[in-house]
Amino acid sequence: MIRVRRSAVIDAPIERVWAVLRDFNSHAAWHPAVGPSTIERGEAPDQVGCVREFTLKDGHQIREQLLALSDRDHVSTYCILDATLPMRSYVATVQLRRVTDGDRTFWHWESTFDVPRGREREFEQLVGGQVYEAGFTGLAAFLQRGGRSSPPLQAVDAQGVVATAFGGPEVLQFRRLGSRPPTSGEVRLRQTAIGVNYIDVYIRKGLYGMIEPPAAIGMEAAGVVIESNAPGFSPGDRVAYACPPPGAYVTMRTMPAAQLVLLPDHVDEETAAAIMLKGMTAEYLLHRTHRVKPGDTVLVHAAAGGVGLLLCQWARALGARVVGTVSSETKAELARANGCEHPIVTRTYSFAEKTKQVTGGRGADVIYDGLGREAAQQNLAALATRGHWVSYGHATGPLDAINLSEKSGTFSQPALFHYTADDLHPMAGRVFTALRDGILKADIRQRYPLAAAADAHRDLEARRTTGQIVLLA
Amino acid sequence: MIKVYTSSVIDAPADAVWARVRDFNGLPQWTPFVVESRIEEGQPADRIGCVRNFRLRDGGMIRERLLTLSDYDYQCSYAILESPLGVENYVATLKLTPITEGNRTFAEWWAEFDCAPGREQALTEQIGQGVFQAAFDSLKKVVAR
Repeated sequence: MIRVRRSAVIDAPIERVWAVLRDFNSHAAWHPAVGPSTIERGEAPDQVGCVREFTLKDGHQIREQLLALSDRDHVSTYCILDATLPMRSYVATVQLRRVTDGDRTFWHWESTFDVPRGREREFEQLVGGQVYEAGFTGLAAFLQRGGRSSPPLQAVDAQGVVATAFGGPEVLQFRRLGSRPPTSGEVRLRQTAIGVNYIDVYIRKGLYGMIEPPAAIGMEAAGVVIESNAPGFSPGDRVAYACPPPGAYVTMRTMPAAQLVLLPDHVDEETAAAIMLKGMTAEYLLHRTHRVKPGDTVLVHAAAGGVGLLLCQWARALGARVVGTVSSETKAELARANGCEHPIVTRTYSFAEKTKQVTGGRGADVIYDGLGREAAQQNLAALATRGHWVSYGHATGPLDAINLSEKSGTFSQPALFHYTADDLHPMAGRVFTALRDGILKADIRQRYPLAAAADAHRDLEARRTTGQIVLLA
Repeated sequence: MIKVYTSSVIDAPADAVWARVRDFNGLPQWTPFVVESRIEEGQPADRIGCVRNFRLRDGGMIRERLLTLSDYDYQCSYAILESPLGVENYVATLKLTPITEGNRTFAEWWAEFDCAPGREQALTEQIGQGVFQAAFDSLKKVVAR
């Protein structure tokens, strides 16, 4: 039996050191010798009895089980279950003590184990030096970089909402799902808030062929990194994304880090989930597809909807005159309060005459059209000469061929993901800045538990919702 | 029951620090506030149960009984029998642990006691900083010589 003892003083308060060390799966984030690590069966990393399975950077594989954890005494004890190293009966204890003199932390790391005869010294050096001492240095550097621990996880497997077939909201079912560890360039997220978008309805109906049922749907969410295999992301980082493929209606998701944006402190996860996709949509529509200038007249359809409200807020801040269409007086009030100067109430898509009326007969310089087929003739009539018709959605069905020659008009049919493919970070950054400056305001009026996603879809399709919809996981 | 906990890092190997602090009669040699000390009844200073009787710089007398002494754990504990502090059931422990990184010493000193209501804060401060931390600061200089 050999005994290895190493200890060090970490220049950080014990609370900060312990918050990281108590997380049995955090070592991948701070230990220089540890490669990918995962907790088996999706258990929480502070669940006594949980097993972490990891690969050392030299290729050795180890499974270790958490035997004891004490937040009161700052002690964690664990053992090796299987290893490709010839170590037997390995039991280790990590113990922290507060150094009141300077508010630092004393860290004692100790183990006993057996190795083949004659290799005791080799293993004492290996465990003491390359594991424990390297760990002291690694954690100190991790804390210095601002590394944080992940919040406690609930001991549940991933769950999510799956479209069991193409069809109405009833095809959405809440199910237990798998969750896999991140491969190179990926991270695993514990999602806390998920955004609901009209594209989710299209995908559920089978319009885009983006999924093969049964499959989870959803395009955007926010949460916390719990495992990282990608540079620049650590457990505890708050992140959000808005991108294909569908699959965001889940509690845990493993995905490429390149699609993630780190959240600034002033953006909470609900706001991010509510606003990433819609905010970046408003960003490219107003700044990239068409550069809105002061004095432009902008026609926004569904002006009280998720994207509509953001378009109204931001276009107004850019100095444009905003005309909008809504389906009720209540929504007209909401649109007006968000920068829409002329809300037009119509449930039959007749708005051209009023648009011309409020613009002195000129029409709209740019039309942001998420309606599609049913509103096509009215849009053409409402468009100013040399105006720009931007079709970014088709709630009433796809557009038929249109002829813009009578207006010398320009027609665009942009898709968010063609913009985010190259410009994700500048686009998200402009949305976060607009949030900070009060130009954009998230208006989350509907929150549903993830399991009730079908209800959210019903309400969205029945036009019962305004502002943004968030599912809470 | 009040608890006071103070800890520090002494820049010397644990066995060297222990050699200083294990002498139950040695407070005048490493603390700034004890001027003279003797062990009652001619007992050895490392005999469990012995009583040290010492005089503070300000003139106060304290009697303390050695409860435990471990050369294996670098740890000792003692109880106050008489003092001017106004504490009851006072038991303190001093413990050293080697810090392998840099071959230094992690020193901890804690006490538990009862006192009159309203005196908790003042005694916590007086014992934690005025006694334990002041002694550690003095010890740092003594072992550095």
